[in-house]
Amino acid sequence: MNAIRRRIIFAQRQPSGGPLLGSVDILILLALAVAVYIGVRLAVSAPPALNGPQINLSPHALPYYALLSTGRMLAAYILSMLFSILYGYFAATNPKAEQIMLPILDVLQSVPILSFLPIVLLGLVAILPQGIAVEIAAVILIFTSQAWNMTYSFYQSMKTLPTELREASAVFRFNWWWRFRKMQLPFSAIGLLWNSVMSWAGGWFFLMAAETFTVGDKDFRLPGLGSYLQRAASDNNTSAILWGIFALVLVVVVLDQFVWRPLLAWADKFKLEMVESDNPPTSWFLEVVHRSQLASWLGNVTIWRLLKALDVQLGGPLKSGIVLENEDDAARPNWIRRGLTVVLLVVVAYGIWRLGALLITVPVDNYVRIGVGAASTFLRVAASLVIALIWTVPLGVAIGSNPRLATILQPVVQIVASIPATALFPVILLALVTLPGGLNVAAILLMLLGTQWYILFNVIAGTTAIPQDLRYTTDLLRFSKVNRWRKLILPALFPYLVTGLITAGGGAWNASIVAEYTTFNAKTYNVTGLGSLISEATAKGDYALLAASTLTMITIVICLNRFFWRRLYRLAEEKYRME
Amino acid sequence: MAYIGGKSLGMELVRLNNVGKTFGRGKKRVEALRGINLTIREGEFVALLGASGCGKSTLLRIIAGLTGVTDGEMLYRGKPLQGVNPHTTIVFQAFALYPWLTVQENVEAALEPLGVAAKEREDRSVRLLDRVGLGGFEAAYPRELSGGMRQKVGFARAMAVEPELLCLDEPFSALDVLSAESLRGELMELWQTGAIPTKAILMVSHNIEEAVSMADRLIVMDKGPGHIVQEVPVNLPHPRHKKNPAILNLVDQVYALITGKTQDEATELGGKDPGSGQGNMRALPYAQINQISGLVEEVFNEGKKVDVYQIAPRLGLPLDELLPIVEALELLGMATVDAGDLTLTSLGVEFAEADIQHRKEMFADQIRRIPVISWMERMLKGAKDGDLDKDVFLTAMALDYNPVEAPRQFETAVNWGRYAEVFSFDEDSDRLFLEKEIEERLRHGEADPTLHSID
Repeated sequence: MNAIRRRIIFAQRQPSGGPLLGSVDILILLALAVAVYIGVRLAVSAPPALNGPQINLSPHALPYYALLSTGRMLAAYILSMLFSILYGYFAATNPKAEQIMLPILDVLQSVPILSFLPIVLLGLVAILPQGIAVEIAAVILIFTSQAWNMTYSFYQSMKTLPTELREASAVFRFNWWWRFRKMQLPFSAIGLLWNSVMSWAGGWFFLMAAETFTVGDKDFRLPGLGSYLQRAASDNNTSAILWGIFALVLVVVVLDQFVWRPLLAWADKFKLEMVESDNPPTSWFLEVVHRSQLASWLGNVTIWRLLKALDVQLGGPLKSGIVLENEDDAARPNWIRRGLTVVLLVVVAYGIWRLGALLITVPVDNYVRIGVGAASTFLRVAASLVIALIWTVPLGVAIGSNPRLATILQPVVQIVASIPATALFPVILLALVTLPGGLNVAAILLMLLGTQWYILFNVIAGTTAIPQDLRYTTDLLRFSKVNRWRKLILPALFPYLVTGLITAGGGAWNASIVAEYTTFNAKTYNVTGLGSLISEATAKGDYALLAASTLTMITIVICLNRFFWRRLYRLAEEKYRME
Repeated sequence: MAYIGGKSLGMELVRLNNVGKTFGRGKKRVEALRGINLTIREGEFVALLGASGCGKSTLLRIIAGLTGVTDGEMLYRGKPLQGVNPHTTIVFQAFALYPWLTVQENVEAALEPLGVAAKEREDRSVRLLDRVGLGGFEAAYPRELSGGMRQKVGFARAMAVEPELLCLDEPFSALDVLSAESLRGELMELWQTGAIPTKAILMVSHNIEEAVSMADRLIVMDKGPGHIVQEVPVNLPHPRHKKNPAILNLVDQVYALITGKTQDEATELGGKDPGSGQGNMRALPYAQINQISGLVEEVFNEGKKVDVYQIAPRLGLPLDELLPIVEALELLGMATVDAGDLTLTSLGVEFAEADIQHRKEMFADQIRRIPVISWMERMLKGAKDGDLDKDVFLTAMALDYNPVEAPRQFETAVNWGRYAEVFSFDEDSDRLFLEKEIEERLRHGEADPTLHSID
């Protein structure tokens, strides 16, 4: 993993300038709060009890469940890709839109997605038949977990296209289609693909959560691999658990080998660097495809035909003149824009007023519970991050500085990391739930399982990025072990650790929704926590409490992101960046 | 008055009337060009020369229609230009090839938007690649080629659209010396034999020898804001050999034009304090300390006086790197320039002979004469603890220099000041200190504020 790739993989946007939380951000947060309010209003008419699907534990049912789960992933992924390209394109090409589109992206990418799950589920169940509603909710959930980093990656590529390439496309009079097809899409392909891989892996985590979501009498489950594993665990059926895990790992590995690796290897030709890579991604399957007559014929009749047809329809010379830089673009407000802004402000203000009226109805006791819950969840998140750091840093440094160890451990780590932690949660519960403090341990364990990999991969990447010269110098100066860590390894890792921790922290908050309150074997277990409160409010149909606790979680996570992580990130960028 | 360089002069292609160009607006306004008058006729090869920042690339982009004018008018064949100029193309310095397309696909990509049929596209691109000597490389990707070959693809692609006016944006400066030389020869052959339908060539260059050996007319430009200093016709037959005295003479002349003549001390040092709004602020040239002392030593070893045009190729420095160093020597009073000759002053000679500590002292004395640096020192002395935030300086400097220039000026001043031990700068807190202040603090046993390690 070289430095460039790392930047692409973990492309959560952290702008290096500007205020930590600007007025536009606050407006977006308020709009989000209004969206929560609308969801809660809809949820009021949701039925009090819901029945989930029957899950068949026979291994023969597994291919069908695997297909269902993968289908949901695919639907969400296609949606994410379309969204990313459209949103990124407009944000990058329209400076006026960019001023609002980027902050929206910044806020959405750091929102704990799972905290919306109950509201989305309840809202949809209220207006649609249960089967369709939960399917749509699952796809929306996966989409919201996948789209932001892909969108940002595409936007970033659009913005960082080398000036000379853009000028060349203007000189040769490419219209928008030619520019998109010959330049913008190829240039962004690598970033989009690496982010797709990340998003896809993250998507499993959310799909499994959605497939197994049950609170009290409300059973929102979906037939799929996640619910299969959950039922297997609650029935204490060891062979079914093993079959389920096997099927899940198989699906992940097959997709990796037959879809993602070939795509990544193929996309290597889209890199901008004018030198061959030392270590290009390879794929045996891509080589088979390249050699196969059938595959090239299939490619010809499908993809190339389609492209040719599109070229004829959309291609052509640039007609009106375009001037490269948007010169007089100091965003002069016009009447339409002003009018729209006023309407938006009025709607948000009205929504906030209604939301306020709803939140007032929450008794003071409950606000105390929200405060205590937030503190408890915060401690669990912090504990999981600390535990993750304790084991990932030494192991990551060992793997990163020892190529032999790396060749042995990397593939193992990658497979283990690819199993969505939420799918294993029922199995963990099975082992721990009867012990004293068992759910507490299980919750931290779920947070850990879901997020430690981000830190580990970043530590490995950071270690490999330490220049060999610096290592030699440290050896020559005969630094003690302590000094070596203090003067070289930790400072060099710092930017990577921050990037990893930002992603991991966000993931851990998400995990609290499923981990702190769970229905297992028809019994409900819970621990004090904000995630637990959200689930409890959903179960009881206490919609005011649901709105209050969801908003609290969003606010806490956004504030942590902005005032703590972003500050650390800027420090890392300014002081510890090696590049 | 233009000389007919092998081709007969025909119709007027380009006419710029009093063209000006300003980027940004309000506080971020940067004036790039002012009062440009220029014509290019059929049959001409025109070269734009000048130090970096003189707006020559911007001028080329205006003619190609990549950017508009903010003042005056740009006419192509007598008509005002709207958007991208369909009669020109550009060969770029860094080639601007699409790395994911093969050599042939790169050339064809230029023809596709024009609606040229597939067969014809293929024929034309194969023929052109053959003509530039890349037959057999059609299926290669640009990254498999050497720099010189990549630029040949750039030329083939530009020729594919058969432009009337071929714009070259420093097309040889990213190449090694030998490839550049052979590519220049091949271009001149295509141009002079009329093997390409191109009617005129406009080339931006910062290599005076190259421009003199190729062009029929040189347009010498200077910065602040970009303007044309003089047009120099090149009245010499082709092929032009580098050692030809007439060529050398012309090169010398152009160097003299570009380096100018050292003015009296007051004019060299220039104006008032930044922020006073009285203007005439002298901008510091971006020269590194070791470059300054290196050039002084070089001139000293050459007998205290050199021809700039001779020393430039020997040091292997392109024009836009050499000029700031020469300017710095003039500003520091270590050398004077006249008619393309660089002569060390007695101070310069003393500097060349001095040891490290003495050099620093001399350097400190000299930079204290420069208004912007003495102003910075006075500001610091007036400050409570002898230190001030970077932004204080930047705000004031932005009034006299433009907003792009101010941080660079600050950086150069800090660089020089640090070497001279006039002030020191703490990167972490972005504060500038008086060097004396630091010594004072050290004496009182405080931790050195500039010595933050990364632990």
